[in-house]
Amino acid sequence: MWQWLYKLGSPRHFYEMTSTFLPWLTFVTYFLLIVGLVWGLGFAPRDYQMGDNYRIIYIHVPLALGALWVYVMMAVMAAMHMIWNIKVADMVAKSCAVVGVSYCAVALFTGAMWGKRIWGVYWIWDAKLTSFLILFFIYIGVMALRSAFDSETSASKAASVLTLVGIVNLPIVYYASVWWNTLHQPPSRLSLSAEGANPPEIWIPVFFTGFGLIGLVFLLVILRTRNEILWRERRAQWVQDLVKQELSRA
Amino acid sequence: MNSARKQKLGIVLSIVLGAAIAVSLILVAFDQGLNVFFTPTEIADGKVNAHQNIRIGGMVKVGSLVKEGLAGTRIEFVATDTNIDIPVVYEGVLPDIFREGQGVVAEGYVDEHGVFQARQIMAKHDENYMSPEVQAAMEAGRHKQAQGSLTP
Repeated sequence: MWQWLYKLGSPRHFYEMTSTFLPWLTFVTYFLLIVGLVWGLGFAPRDYQMGDNYRIIYIHVPLALGALWVYVMMAVMAAMHMIWNIKVADMVAKSCAVVGVSYCAVALFTGAMWGKRIWGVYWIWDAKLTSFLILFFIYIGVMALRSAFDSETSASKAASVLTLVGIVNLPIVYYASVWWNTLHQPPSRLSLSAEGANPPEIWIPVFFTGFGLIGLVFLLVILRTRNEILWRERRAQWVQDLVKQELSRA
Repeated sequence: MNSARKQKLGIVLSIVLGAAIAVSLILVAFDQGLNVFFTPTEIADGKVNAHQNIRIGGMVKVGSLVKEGLAGTRIEFVATDTNIDIPVVYEGVLPDIFREGQGVVAEGYVDEHGVFQARQIMAKHDENYMSPEVQAAMEAGRHKQAQGSLTP
């Protein structure tokens, strides 16, 4: 187990190991997303007051939680890079920022659609929405800071520090509607009974799209990290052999 | 773990801890200033001045909604937090789920008669999602319970 993790720290091993399980990950991700979307959009019951409009929940909530999850991944990678100086961890953190900022953007967009339809406004400066917008800006800040340096070492150090500082925003985003009064509703309590609010027939599809979108996070992060590995190791013998092999096949 | 790594771990932890303390202090200093609306109780306590631009939030009191005008676009209702009631008047388009017993957030000001003149009405919904059938069953159950408690 530890050896397996240790090996993932080597760019070459990371590249080779991910090659074998990428097809599986792709399959599972697509399966979860398709089942969740078809179930949620087509078969889950309508909401008593929002009708079919509430179905945006099957995309909006997993995306927003996904954006928080990617940040946790990015922060763990930044810490690992700072403490143990693991290069792959830094490359994964770099990939996480791009995926996280995309999730944020789509969550903000779907939230605005839902807000206009149900609340009557696209946007309100309440604590929930504002702290989530700040999360979006932190992602952009991490990416901008990284690209502001010529030296890769300084860039990753600076980005890691900003990433660690940004952790403080995560609980604020999650608990904003609990700590302050907001227009956004607080997180739902799931119920196991079909008789009350938030029954399994409504939330099970959220879990499918949720795990599907987490799968998509891993898929996108791994794909981007592999590109980053090839680029940073472009002078290494194994990368040049790989390129030659691919070229001869084409 | 060698000493260099321990030192770096210390740096990582102090960055996170430092940021957390700084932000917590800011949030505590803001106190409840980050709330997006005032409750009717806070308005009754004199936390806002007349004609000050604010938002209020509460429930549309059951039985209080009156629609006026040709198209029923001018409305009056009472916003309540079950403690204090405040009358609201508004003219314009309403969100679909706006109704009695529903959460509401209104933007506007309190006039000299203590009436809230709303410029915009937003509907607030809670975190409970359920089908119309389940909602009807729960509603019926609640009625039964209320009736049961009234009988001596």
